[in-house]
Amino acid sequence: MVVARADEIGPGERKLVTIGGRSIGVFNVGGEYFALRNRCPHQGGPLCQGFQFAPLQAALPGKPYTRGDDGAIIRCPWHGWEFDVRTGASWFDPERTRVRSYQARVVAGAALEPADAGDPVPPGARQPVPPGARQPVPPGARQPVPPGARQPVPPGAGEPAAPTGAAALQAETYPARREGDYVVVELWR
Amino acid sequence: MSVATKLEVVDCDIHNAPRSRQALLRYMPARWRAARAGGGRLEAAVEARRETLGDRSYLGGEYPRATPRAARTDAWPPSGDPPASDLQFMREQLLDRYQISYGVLTPMLGAGEQLDLERGAALASAINDWQAAEWLDPEPRLRASINVAYEDGALAAREIHRMASDPRFVQVLLLIRTAEPLGRRKYWPIYEAAVAHDLPVGIHYGGWGRGPITGVGYASYYIEDTVGMATAFADQLTSLVCEGVFERYPALKIVLIEGGIAWLAPLMWRLDRAFALLRAEAPHLTREPSELIREHVWLTTQPIDEPPRATDFAALLAQLGMDDRIMFATDYPHWDFDAPDRALPTGLDRGVRERIMAGNARSLYRLSA
Amino acid sequence: MIDADIHNVVGPIETLEPYLDGHWREVVATSQFAGPTDQAHPPNIATSLRDDLAPQQGTAPGRTVATLRAHVLDPLGVQVAILGCDYGVESVRNPDAAAALATAVNDWQLAEWLAPEPRLRAAIVVAAQQPAAAIAEIERCAGDPRFVAVYLPVRSQIPYGNRIWWPLWEAIERHELVAELHFGGSAGIPPTASGWPTSWLEEYVDMASAFASQLTSLIAEGTLDRFERLRISLIESGFGWLPAFMWRFDKGWRGLRREIPWTRRLPSGYVREHVRVSLQPVDGPPDPTELERVIDQLGSDRMLMFSTDYPHRHSSEGLDAVPAGLPPAAEQRLLDANAREHYRL
Repeated sequence: MVVARADEIGPGERKLVTIGGRSIGVFNVGGEYFALRNRCPHQGGPLCQGFQFAPLQAALPGKPYTRGDDGAIIRCPWHGWEFDVRTGASWFDPERTRVRSYQARVVAGAALEPADAGDPVPPGARQPVPPGARQPVPPGARQPVPPGARQPVPPGAGEPAAPTGAAALQAETYPARREGDYVVVELWR
Repeated sequence: MSVATKLEVVDCDIHNAPRSRQALLRYMPARWRAARAGGGRLEAAVEARRETLGDRSYLGGEYPRATPRAARTDAWPPSGDPPASDLQFMREQLLDRYQISYGVLTPMLGAGEQLDLERGAALASAINDWQAAEWLDPEPRLRASINVAYEDGALAAREIHRMASDPRFVQVLLLIRTAEPLGRRKYWPIYEAAVAHDLPVGIHYGGWGRGPITGVGYASYYIEDTVGMATAFADQLTSLVCEGVFERYPALKIVLIEGGIAWLAPLMWRLDRAFALLRAEAPHLTREPSELIREHVWLTTQPIDEPPRATDFAALLAQLGMDDRIMFATDYPHWDFDAPDRALPTGLDRGVRERIMAGNARSLYRLSA
Repeated sequence: MIDADIHNVVGPIETLEPYLDGHWREVVATSQFAGPTDQAHPPNIATSLRDDLAPQQGTAPGRTVATLRAHVLDPLGVQVAILGCDYGVESVRNPDAAAALATAVNDWQLAEWLAPEPRLRAAIVVAAQQPAAAIAEIERCAGDPRFVAVYLPVRSQIPYGNRIWWPLWEAIERHELVAELHFGGSAGIPPTASGWPTSWLEEYVDMASAFASQLTSLIAEGTLDRFERLRISLIESGFGWLPAFMWRFDKGWRGLRREIPWTRRLPSGYVREHVRVSLQPVDGPPDPTELERVIDQLGSDRMLMFSTDYPHRHSSEGLDAVPAGLPPAAEQRLLDANAREHYRL
């Protein structure tokens, strides 16, 4: 499922999309794309709206703190659980506590399958974000982020209510063209 | 879950906040505002001194909390105002989203921690008037807590008497770290006033005891503060029991807010065993500590304890024997927020779940059917 | 059977006179100074002294090795007992006096306890409030293998995990001694976050909070990461509070780990690996089945070590009391193997 133009989500950026009734965060970490369910396995918090960090360790107290790749860790905005954006594995229990991750890849417009493009968005369903735009911020509002924080958090794009009627049968889609590169997320392996 | 089977939710711990400190000033007498002759600069300097001296206290500042304002990072309203300062956003994100039928406000704005007790009392009154005007009046689902300058029993009692006639104020609010153990007589006027109006006394996570946050010195990290708060709850309840506060005020109801619950069962075992040996130390106690606790104490769930096995949680409830005293709370907007639809483990008896999620709070706070 | 917590009692300072140098003998003789003024267990308190001990020729329990033999070692068939002397050295503010007392206590332990009674081992008493002096005393005593531990009162002025204590931990680890945190301590600061409690009853109950705070500090500060071979004993701490504590600390760590990025695993993992707990006082639930459950919730059958806590009293049960209903293997570990392995006896 096409979710964005590749140049919409630059390194360190993200986009929240809805696919198949699921809210999913699509991330660019170091030029590669990753997709995670926007629902923390702890209490269902909007994981993909959390801050991103570099992995952080220290060999010992008093030794320098060591950092991995910027943005490779996302912390749930609720209880702060750390997850590897690239794999969905939690830091504290990588084997058994994970957030659902999906394969995300870049596909040239010319190579897109019709199924990737999906059906047109029916009237009344959520409008997709036009190419080149980020998540809109309410006009006149300040960035909904804590002061001093650097990351713009996409406002309010949590788990949507379950779609009903005709919308339930249609996936959210993104209008793709033949030119340019697109980020494609696979819901099912 | 179908609508028919969905349980009612009463949220016993919501931390509303003003948009700014200045927003509270309009509720304070002129004396506490910069209203002196002499020009703007002098007024500002005077006001600044009052602010810093009065606020030179522990407000979590020594232990920078995990997130800005200790809030969920998604709880900042689009307006850019602080978390839980925007009623409409609170409705969307909390009250409406989780279909909360009643929410109890527990604003923690430092009134009781002020070194200047009169200023603290004025601030407490302002907080209470602000709660009524800007939260209770526009939102019928909300109830409020009477803030007081709790380090002065007389000032605190005065405020309790002032606010008690508004039935939307459902409890008095203290913090769990205080200058002396809460069982000591300097705090008795608070209990006396609360009982006179049949108001529970809520005692909440946080506060400043005028010294280190542990009995073994200053901790270094926020995690020690938050994990260690359980010891503050335990030691304070020990004081209330052992000083005979429950014997002296048989109608007193205490709500321990935002402490979690698992620490209480071991404390009851420890108190009962100690009491059996050391009865002579507390001749004024006529009953076992655990009996007094089960009679006088309520608890809110958050931060809900997460033992590794489901059986541990069920065993915990059985050990506590307080199914009719445990009350759900979210602690919105803080980062350790408990989601009403996810926090309680599955597998609990439905009747127990109903009581925890709403029934016990309805009973205690007399929320209308 | 190993008794992980048995108390030798100094009593009046005259007991130590043979072990004090001339200067301090003079100070004792000519001034008000008579050793520590505070005690972990005050006199005339029910918990301070069992009332079911047969008199030993007018000698108070714990004052001589003969009383230990008569009351504990012989009747219980104890193979090894570990002495913990709660003389209160940490309450002496004069640093040289404190150090001198610690030295005297250890020499008294050697001469009047360890030498005549091969079943005994001891914890090195130190002026913990003066880390340099404490380290010097450890260096002085550690060569004798009958000193198996260092005695640290659980109440301190600065939490033990703080980096300021690291030279002390380094010495303890290097000498492969067990660090014992003991009930008590006169740190001079209020024993709670909200000031001074009114009664001994409260202090007694509140002591569990001190143990919890120290464990929190040791783990959060990375002391157990920095000193990976450290072995800790909680003596006279109780353990009923420990499962709920581990649940709470684990829960916090999952979200707050970044603040303490040297920690490599859940806090409960550190507890199970590094920490052992003496049996008395059993502060668990009164029902034996529920007590079994709490012991199970510790998550390891290696954690509890049998102790009498002689001559203190914490219940109406006998000195040899052991929780009922433990599986035989777990009971055997509790009676012997856990302490034997922890102290390398």
